[in-house]
Amino acid sequence: MKQKNIFIAAAVLLLGVFGLGAVLYKNHQAQQAAQLVAQNRAVLERAHAHTFGNPNAAVHIVEFFDPACETCRDFYPLVKKMMAANPGKIKLSMRYAPLHKGSDEVVKAIEASRKQGMFQPTLEALFASQGHWVLNHASQVQLIWDPLSGLPLDLRRLQTDMNSPEVSQVIAQDMADAKTLHVTMTPEYFVNGKPLPSFGYEELKKLVDDALIENSVGK
Amino acid sequence: MKISGWILIFAAWLIAALSTLGALFMGEVMGLTPCVLCWYQRIAMFPLVVVLAVGLFPLDAKVVRYALPLSSTGLLLATYHLFLTIGVIPEAMAPCAQGVPCGKIQAQWFGFVTIPLLSFVAFLSINLLLALSALRKSQ
Repeated sequence: MKQKNIFIAAAVLLLGVFGLGAVLYKNHQAQQAAQLVAQNRAVLERAHAHTFGNPNAAVHIVEFFDPACETCRDFYPLVKKMMAANPGKIKLSMRYAPLHKGSDEVVKAIEASRKQGMFQPTLEALFASQGHWVLNHASQVQLIWDPLSGLPLDLRRLQTDMNSPEVSQVIAQDMADAKTLHVTMTPEYFVNGKPLPSFGYEELKKLVDDALIENSVGK
Repeated sequence: MKISGWILIFAAWLIAALSTLGALFMGEVMGLTPCVLCWYQRIAMFPLVVVLAVGLFPLDAKVVRYALPLSSTGLLLATYHLFLTIGVIPEAMAPCAQGVPCGKIQAQWFGFVTIPLLSFVAFLSINLLLALSALRKSQ
């Protein structure tokens, strides 16, 4: 009987310490992440990034994404829906974090498509055909041309632009900024300089809703 | 009177439970990705928590027969991993080149405590406790 109590006490104690430790650790991490972004607002909100929505919108979402990432693909329409539900109030900046193998070449193609004013159709075509050009979690840049062929894109010009120093510079800048901001997973969202407390659609929605309320009260 | 057999197996269980929760904390909470060798050590460690607990109620000294093969396998893996990280075994011999390299030290405390060292110490103590328990029984 006594032994049983010792065993139960030990088990409860271990689990309690684990649970408490997990909560404290996560809180500490979230605080540090918030502080890091607060100190690096200029790094987060770069003028060169492609931005959807009203440029004067009060709520600014910055997303770091990888075109090969499934969750980025799934979140893209959800964020667009949030923007449509609040017309003119939200803008979304897309920044590159090509974490998958081979994605650095694919983001070059997306960046190069901006020179032809085709960022959005290119991004959407790539998201829609993700299963075709992402094999075993590695991006195969030679497979993206087929899905892009239906767009009014000059592919030859695109391939030349992909290798231009301006395109490389934008991507290098985004990757350096992702590193500064400790972006290790995609998608990563920041709303008016605030990181998600933990990843999830509900968390993102809450952050956006709070920012909307905050800005409507202020005016 | 000597230490009771129950305490020996309970102590071994306690170390296994602590190691299991520690591994889960580092993996799931801190987000450190376990390397291949870490996974093999987990495979040896996690079942010990269940097997040893079953052996405690009611006390069955024969549990050593089932637990020792797991803990000794774990000790071998942990020894290999520890040697790999401190450089006794050269990096080129490391079996895991993809993903997280096993020779890389992911976390370090007080300048010398690493995850492979913790694993080695845990498996060593579990083996010693179980061996002690087996010796007591044979006397």
